[in-house]
Amino acid sequence: MSDNAKQAANTSDLSRRSFLTRSGVIGVAATLESCQTLRQAPPREQAAETPAGVPTVPVTLHINGIAHKLDIDTRTTLLDCLRETVGLTGTKKGCDHGQCGACTVHVNGRRVNSCLTLAAAVDGDEITTIEGLGQPDNLHPMQAAFLRCDGYQCGYCTSGQIMSAVALQNEPCGPTDAEVKELMSGNICRCGAYANITAAIQEVRKKA
Amino acid sequence: METFQFIRATDIQTAIRAGSKVNEGEPVPQARFLAGGTTLIDLMKLDVDQPQRVIDINRLPLDKIEKMADGGLSIGALVRNSDLAHDQTVKDNYTVLSQALLSGASAQLRNMATTAGNLLQRTRCVYFRDTASPCNKRDPGSGCSAIGGFNRNLAVLGTSEHCIATNPSDMNVALTALEAMIHTQNSSGPREIPISDFHLLPGDTPHRETVLQPGELITHVTLPPPIPGSKSLYLKLRDRASYEFALASAAVILARDGDKLKQVRIALGGIGTKPWRCPKAESVLTGQSISPQLFHAAAEAALKGAKPQSENGFKIELAKRCLVHTLHLLTA
Repeated sequence: MSDNAKQAANTSDLSRRSFLTRSGVIGVAATLESCQTLRQAPPREQAAETPAGVPTVPVTLHINGIAHKLDIDTRTTLLDCLRETVGLTGTKKGCDHGQCGACTVHVNGRRVNSCLTLAAAVDGDEITTIEGLGQPDNLHPMQAAFLRCDGYQCGYCTSGQIMSAVALQNEPCGPTDAEVKELMSGNICRCGAYANITAAIQEVRKKA
Repeated sequence: METFQFIRATDIQTAIRAGSKVNEGEPVPQARFLAGGTTLIDLMKLDVDQPQRVIDINRLPLDKIEKMADGGLSIGALVRNSDLAHDQTVKDNYTVLSQALLSGASAQLRNMATTAGNLLQRTRCVYFRDTASPCNKRDPGSGCSAIGGFNRNLAVLGTSEHCIATNPSDMNVALTALEAMIHTQNSSGPREIPISDFHLLPGDTPHRETVLQPGELITHVTLPPPIPGSKSLYLKLRDRASYEFALASAAVILARDGDKLKQVRIALGGIGTKPWRCPKAESVLTGQSISPQLFHAAAEAALKGAKPQSENGFKIELAKRCLVHTLHLLTA
């Protein structure tokens, strides 16, 4: 690791993502010294340039209470729109085929797989992502319970697990662990943190 | 994913026109209606389906569950699987349908998937989903990779030398036992199709899966009034306890008169190229006194003519036991 990267890593208010992004940029700058200009990321609210002739569609997405007016490639999934266009990277891409649940978000209060949802099809709908649930200094009770119960290892599936768990509170679900597991079966955790995930959900349900 | 034109349908007629093969004399590019998208978007990402036009029908007023004057139930094409499963009338009067829906997919997918979309769910055959492999369903005339290939989860009933793909839906199995009627509309008007006539056997045209014509839109599904005094059950056997397709499943509705079976309807899932109604097993049971021997005879009748492939022969015995166990549970 370069000195700059070490310095960056020591900065206490740095998120894991911005650290990785910056250290990546430092790495590129160090190896490609002849490179005169580093390309800027496209500004938010503007889809990455759509090639000529590719059909686009105007949409207004209400994400975590904020309206985003966008003109997007018709193929854009809600998942890619959230991550690449709007810059909300808390929602994760796992399988991209509706099999793992990492991309789970709420549309009008119901949990869905954002990887199989076309952004154009949720025009005008209310979308909630993990960023809209709570903040580091003001966690949603389910986020706090996952922390307390250690409901993760690598953390990649966690935002999807939490979005599912929050939605589950408003769905018909019996009191037992088995019933919770059945309704959480669409969220895969390859680290196998299932026992603690179930414990976190049950902790919140018992307090409710 | 290939590019496509995206159209938001605001009313049924607009949707049908946009999806029809010819619109005011102009040929329309290959079009697909988009409801929940859980099958369509998945297959478009794999390049298995490459529509040039996608018509979003999610805003059409087809999302109601309504009791009908004759005592039956009308289910809108866009009713989500989770809403249908938890509807009180469905839970009380059509238990087998609620159970089948809740045994399928995951909670998220059930929130997205619709009644009409589930009727049109595509097979999970791995070769259909892999554009590098020959598949008569995806690419007519290219051959069937599943025959002699990985076919553990494929069909033993209704197969042909061209295709052995299973219909993967749980909902369709319950709707088949319930004798659902599928209501559609196209440019020449509405029509009704009994579910037993809706899905096609593969024969030598496995790419044709239903009797729907281009631009024909499913508007709703109706269920006849429940059989008085009947009980129903959906039993699904699979490799995992949850979130897995059926290896074998049974939807059974029966009405008793003491020890005698007055009326029985049976459909099997996971083993057929279409949702599999079992009229022969039904007639073995009807009017007879309940006994383990009778149930076994019905199971033999249901699976008569089943053809095992290289890896899925076990399903024949599994389906028989699935049906026998369901009958035991319903008459215990």
